[in-house]
Amino acid sequence: MTDFLIYKILLVVGVFTVTLVVAMYATYGERKVAAFLQDRIGPNRAGPFGILQPLADGLKFFMKEEIIPSVSNKFLFILGPSIAMITALMAGVLIPWGNTLIINGTSYSLQITDIDIGILYVFGVVSIGVYGIMIGGWASNNKYSLLGAIRASAQMISYELAMGISIIALIMMTGTLSLGEIVTQQAGGDWNFWNVVYQPLGFLIFIVCAFAECNRAPFDLPECETELVGGYHTEYSSMKLGFYMFAEYINMFISSAVLSTLYFGGYNFPFMNDLGLSHNAITILGTVFLFGKIFFFIFFFMWVRWTLPRFRYDQLMNLGWRVLLPLSIANLLLTALVLLWIDK
Amino acid sequence: MESLSHRSKVVSNKKMTFLERIYLPAVLSGIAITIKHLFRRKATVSYPEVKREFSKIWRGHHVLKRDDKGAERCTACGLCAVACPAEAITMTAAERKKGEENLYREEKYASTYEINMLRCIFCGLCEEACPKEAIFLTDRLVYTDFARDGFIYGKDKLVEKVDERIDVTVRQTPAVLEFKKHKQLSHNK
Repeated sequence: MTDFLIYKILLVVGVFTVTLVVAMYATYGERKVAAFLQDRIGPNRAGPFGILQPLADGLKFFMKEEIIPSVSNKFLFILGPSIAMITALMAGVLIPWGNTLIINGTSYSLQITDIDIGILYVFGVVSIGVYGIMIGGWASNNKYSLLGAIRASAQMISYELAMGISIIALIMMTGTLSLGEIVTQQAGGDWNFWNVVYQPLGFLIFIVCAFAECNRAPFDLPECETELVGGYHTEYSSMKLGFYMFAEYINMFISSAVLSTLYFGGYNFPFMNDLGLSHNAITILGTVFLFGKIFFFIFFFMWVRWTLPRFRYDQLMNLGWRVLLPLSIANLLLTALVLLWIDK
Repeated sequence: MESLSHRSKVVSNKKMTFLERIYLPAVLSGIAITIKHLFRRKATVSYPEVKREFSKIWRGHHVLKRDDKGAERCTACGLCAVACPAEAITMTAAERKKGEENLYREEKYASTYEINMLRCIFCGLCEEACPKEAIFLTDRLVYTDFARDGFIYGKDKLVEKVDERIDVTVRQTPAVLEFKKHKQLSHNK
């Protein structure tokens, strides 16, 4: 029992740390990618190649004056960024970060917990995330913040539908909600491909919705500088602003992890059973591959951000309700028909 | 009228085609363009360590030259101030006293000479107007400051020091030297 507890605590702390470090360096990565895509050099003053830049940014956030507007609702004002941060961190529990490690004959799974409603839990937690933005925006008692918050919630609700339906098609195919099992089903070899091969349309809808859910460009209307000053975090300063930004990067990391898990085989990689390595070596290599996939998607998020201009609000709603929703329903029906036909 | 660059497009309000409406081809071509920039040579340099090479005829911070004996060449004639399109130059003239022959070359000199570097557009017309070859633009930079006052450069910053002469020969390109040969132009006399 103590063994089990120690192993779980180690795993939780490990995942927590890795999430924070990745989110921290995603801010640095974002600035570097932005610079490179615009033919610039990017931050290179703090440490070699500027790798200490996130630490400097974090320190700056802590040193800044903490301003709470006198007309705001102080309790909710503090609650907003806290919810955003907590919910962003909660989804990492469900991701299978690797296969099992066998130490002294006991097998230890690299997934913190594999509950059988896995995807539903992830969805539930991500949906709570919008409360952080909504509460923070409303509690600031600022018109721009409120507009940003309303946009954020409207956008998230619209895109969650299409996202959910695209996932249902995937669930119909895999027959399980557990993330661990979905990954195991995609294990390599013998014409067993990753889910993206069977669900290309679903993947497309999912990734577009993931952009919208993370409030990333081209759907970053909630914090659209040209119209809303800073959007929902206009009134925020110091580390509370840092929490909102951090939550965005953690969400991006988690979305990338969910994308890789659901559609790109998670910790599986091609020819993994033909290498003739020991089980533990393959597990570790698989985790490395999973992080490779995650980093690629994080890069993709940034790549798109620094390429596309922002959608107009009506275009955003149009795309969500009149394009993605019917498309995801069509995808669902198509999947159902194909499954029925195979079953016969 | 015929277009000069042939790059302007006539705006039309026609309906988008299906491919345009699903955004994806445009998105893909967009990200293909940006990924090319990832590997391109960077347009910026890490400034204090790496400095860009200046052009030979770079026009920067002005200098008021002294002659071979170390006397100031400027006679405060005011032609540079008249030529200046940005009205950045002001000066007051004064008469040379006895015993100051080693300081000023001619009987009249500029007791104050100020250039407002915020107004200056570094066009080099002052240099062209000067009949005494006293003012030149050099390849030095005008440094930043926090206040406007710091940008009004007086004689302390403009006149070259006797022991550290500033080389302006790089600005004397063959074309300039050729121009100076024409004695019929009044200012070359």
